[in-house]
Amino acid sequence: MQSLSNRKKVLDQKPLNFWERMYLPAIARGLGITIRHFFKPKATYKYPEVERPYSKNFRGQHSLKRDEAGRERCTACGLCALSCPAEAITMISAERKKGEEHLYREEKYAAVYEINMLRCIFCGLCEEACPKEAIFLDGSHVPPEQLRKDFIYGKDKLVEPRFEYKKEKEITA
Amino acid sequence: MESALLVEKTILVVAVFAITLFIAMYSTLVERKVAGFMQARFGPDRAGPFGILQPLCDGGKFFFKEEIIPAGAHKFLFIMGPTVAMFTACISSAVIPWGQELTIGERVIRLQVADINVGVLYMFGVVALGVYGIMIGGWASNNKYSLMGAVRAASQSISYEIGMGLSLIALLMVTGSLSLREIVAQQEGFVNWNIWVQPLGFLIFLVCAFAECNRVPFDLAECETELIGGYNVEYSSMKLAFYMFAEYINMFVSSSLMAALYFGGYNFPFMYDLGLSQNWITIIGVLVFFAKILAFIFFFMWIRWTVPRFRYDQLMNLGWKVLIPLAVVNIVLTGIVTIVKDTYF
Amino acid sequence: MSVFYFVAFLSIFFALMTIFAKNPVHSVLYLVVTFFTFTVHYILLNAQFLAVVNFIVYMGAIMVLFLFVLMLLNLNKDTEPMKSNLVKFMGVIAGMCLVATLAGSFRVLASSEPIVLKNPDIGLVGNLGRVLFSEFLLPFEISSILLLTAMVGAVLLAKNDPKKA
Repeated sequence: MQSLSNRKKVLDQKPLNFWERMYLPAIARGLGITIRHFFKPKATYKYPEVERPYSKNFRGQHSLKRDEAGRERCTACGLCALSCPAEAITMISAERKKGEEHLYREEKYAAVYEINMLRCIFCGLCEEACPKEAIFLDGSHVPPEQLRKDFIYGKDKLVEPRFEYKKEKEITA
Repeated sequence: MESALLVEKTILVVAVFAITLFIAMYSTLVERKVAGFMQARFGPDRAGPFGILQPLCDGGKFFFKEEIIPAGAHKFLFIMGPTVAMFTACISSAVIPWGQELTIGERVIRLQVADINVGVLYMFGVVALGVYGIMIGGWASNNKYSLMGAVRAASQSISYEIGMGLSLIALLMVTGSLSLREIVAQQEGFVNWNIWVQPLGFLIFLVCAFAECNRVPFDLAECETELIGGYNVEYSSMKLAFYMFAEYINMFVSSSLMAALYFGGYNFPFMYDLGLSQNWITIIGVLVFFAKILAFIFFFMWIRWTVPRFRYDQLMNLGWKVLIPLAVVNIVLTGIVTIVKDTYF
Repeated sequence: MSVFYFVAFLSIFFALMTIFAKNPVHSVLYLVVTFFTFTVHYILLNAQFLAVVNFIVYMGAIMVLFLFVLMLLNLNKDTEPMKSNLVKFMGVIAGMCLVATLAGSFRVLASSEPIVLKNPDIGLVGNLGRVLFSEFLLPFEISSILLLTAMVGAVLLAKNDPKKA
């Protein structure tokens, strides 16, 4: 058939000439290539010791943020759970009591906040949906576990560690 | 005197055996390292610094694996297979001269387990016997793939033995001796190495050695893509380890044979011009010999991670239609050159 | 001497096992062991070259080929040809003849004088080669021609006739 694009290349397979049939020159060339690779720098990162740099927009494990006073930002509005295409987020809200103002910023907070890391697809829609800038996917990888139940992360794993103002002041003072 | 000889030989045998096993053990690590380095990786480096404990871990793992003997297998022969493979691999190092004499006090110790009059032929026979391990194991497994692997191994080994033998005949025409000790002793210094007079013979021998060791590019007997593992499909645990170990020991032995036959064995350039005592020459000679062997082992691996596997008909064509005629031509050429040299020079 | 008797016993034992083994592959393996005991015999006779050649050629090559063929044949009880009674009867007669001959030969049995070789190193490669290429040159060459004819015949048998194909 005629080629319309005019880019068709006809391969003509010539019978091998004597040197090619000898194999040896080709093998010698191959050996040269492999020995060059032998001394080239390796592409491997020795993982636990050396970590590969993450890309800037890498989405890893979630963290629930605190505000500048160290209070939890989340107000348990449920928008993240609603936006989640994988149905990975669930929460139970509670009302802030008197005297808990230093713990929670809003009047309503999440008493229980769970993300099932096996369901999560790390799309980042929860981050986009959150009106309080409380959830970000800024962690690293989710570590492996033995049991499925261990992949359901509660607040103990998700909430950012508390920023201790007082202690820092004591140290500086 | 007699008992002293016995003690001396026993020590030598144990030492050679230990070194053989040690080198075979670390060949497994080096192989993976070389493979890694050639593929822009590091290879195993977690067990100990640079992964030097990896062979021990592998050995331990093999010991604790479950031992499976298939229901349809012939039990006795199934166990015999790896045993024969390991046995033949180990006894072949007996005739290799590792070095010259060591003088300790009054005693002169020859660094060779047995100086057989027909050492080269002995090596050859043991190599020929090695295929039984694979054949018996492959047949006793009662598995199609194993049987195919065994049959391939047998026909390959027979085909390449001929080429190997013919290439050796040309070498023997030059050396005029079948004793390995004498062949090595003739290649004193550097210019007397047999590689300079038998380059073609060496090439044929090298290719045949690859085929006899069942190494890539001639590992048709265990070719994973076609036979899922060949003769050792049904093997597990230490028996599988024995087969693999036997392969590495064979590689070590054929490397040492090539170093001894063609590359002067323990001889090194200017060995008598440096004014060293005999003992020092011997010790350096042994080290040089091992350096040559290790270089050959590296070459084996280098080839393995460079050249793809041959097709079976290509393998047979190469053996019968290329190597054997070449070897015969080599014999004729060697004969002509010898006659011309004897009559005119 | 006791070594000789031990090895001789082993060779006869394994030779018998070769015949009596039901499985053809076992039979070949017993034959391999028998050949190995022959090698030991040659070594005891100080015939190193013969020993090694026996080792390489018989154990290493011919028996491997035997085994090779037998493994592919997949012989078992079903494929064994049925022997007719006539064949069995003939077999019995032939066996009896052999027994009679053997028994007859016992009558003329006498132990020969122990032969002492003039040159105990006659079996070493160098001496053997010298004898083969001087005294026995003609038989040696003729046997090589015989082997060559066999080889040509084998190639002819294996090769397809190009006219027919």
